[in-house]
Amino acid sequence: MIVVIDYGTGNLKSVANALKLFGEEVKISNKKEDIINSERIVLPGVGTFFEGMKNLRELDIIDTLNEEVIKKKKPFLGICLGMHLLATRGFEGGICNGLNWVPGEVKRFELKENLRIPHMGWNNISLKKESSLFENIPKNKDYYFVHCFHFIPDLKEYIVATCDYGIEFVSAIQKDNIFATQFHPEKSHQNGLRILKNFIKWKPENKNA
Amino acid sequence: MLKKRLIPVLLLQNCRMVKTIQFDKIRDVGNPVTAAKIYDAQIADELVFLDINATVEGKEAVKEIINRVTEECFMPFAVGGGVKTLKDIQELLRIGADKVIINSAAVEDPDFIKKAAEKFGSANIVVSIDYKINNNGEKEVFIHRGGKPTGLDPVKWAKKVELFGAGEIILTSIDREGTMTGYDLNTLKEVTKAVNIPVIANGGVGTLIHLKEGLTTGNASGVAAASIFHFTDQSPIKARQFLANEGVNIKF
Repeated sequence: MIVVIDYGTGNLKSVANALKLFGEEVKISNKKEDIINSERIVLPGVGTFFEGMKNLRELDIIDTLNEEVIKKKKPFLGICLGMHLLATRGFEGGICNGLNWVPGEVKRFELKENLRIPHMGWNNISLKKESSLFENIPKNKDYYFVHCFHFIPDLKEYIVATCDYGIEFVSAIQKDNIFATQFHPEKSHQNGLRILKNFIKWKPENKNA
Repeated sequence: MLKKRLIPVLLLQNCRMVKTIQFDKIRDVGNPVTAAKIYDAQIADELVFLDINATVEGKEAVKEIINRVTEECFMPFAVGGGVKTLKDIQELLRIGADKVIINSAAVEDPDFIKKAAEKFGSANIVVSIDYKINNNGEKEVFIHRGGKPTGLDPVKWAKKVELFGAGEIILTSIDREGTMTGYDLNTLKEVTKAVNIPVIANGGVGTLIHLKEGLTTGNASGVAAASIFHFTDQSPIKARQFLANEGVNIKF
């Protein structure tokens, strides 16, 4: 079973429906037992960093998520805000600590050129390393983005893909069993769905018992 | 590189898809779920659903439509019509909308834009601006489906909604809507110059050249259209092909 974490502001139905397309059992939930019983965990996201963390705290599921993702190394997918919350801290809606699973910060775009913010629409990514999550997908295709803030990881080794919008920013990260995208795979037509399909069968390496 | 967007608009009234001319003369044009599936198959960049009924029953019907679209279409869409509360926004986002469109409520309570942006993030909050030439020959923003004048100038209002935290503007010329005579490019140019958030042009597309004009002359981030897809043999596929051939930076 894949659990899609319901934490208040997120767009949950689309990602759950997309995963169900591939015959997976999916539960939209914020209950500890569902997170514990799941095989894979998805943290989707629409909303601000501050609201997102506040909701996770109020639901009292951060310890459970730490246990299942960091200790038990369950495959984890974060989408958009669900990627941002993995950082050490964010600045959207006020300075706020994140889950700190992938050390880094989430900051607002500061664009020199006359580019509009939010970065909204379809943009092509640039793969920086091999990842099983991008297997069988034509390289450097367009995906759908909607965001004003972007993830800046402390270490380059976490970067799987970047994207260009006046600056080069991170569009996908991976650290052990944690994979996350700035774009919305559940909204990116065929290639986005392929990423979700890859996530379903993903067996992360370095899986400690 | 970020691409320009081609966006079919689906006007909803209860369970049906309709089309209007200058916000009047409502005609039934089919089943919205079927239309959305076709646009999805034709790889439209995004969809806009606007509920022109926006009664309590109408809102429930729209949610049902969105629910069904979310089951089958894995593409972005924005939903609006009668959005008045944070709860309205939350519900639409939960059932699969990527962005929620606010119109009348933004004028009646600009603070609502701010609250919505704070809670859900600017990127997910779109403000729709409908305007027409008033009796004094000036451009004026109208709310409640063009029924109520506001005294606001569309360009000044666009700047304000950006300041309040809107992440995008859908700009609709009521005078052009449904007429298929092309966008009001002058106002579009003024608005895209005045703000630094994406602007979607809407109202008036009758030919593929109109779409190009909106993106190039008007400098819109996306072009929305309905009649051309309902009443002519043009489709998002043909439109995309045309725009790409014309050198517009569009997903292909």
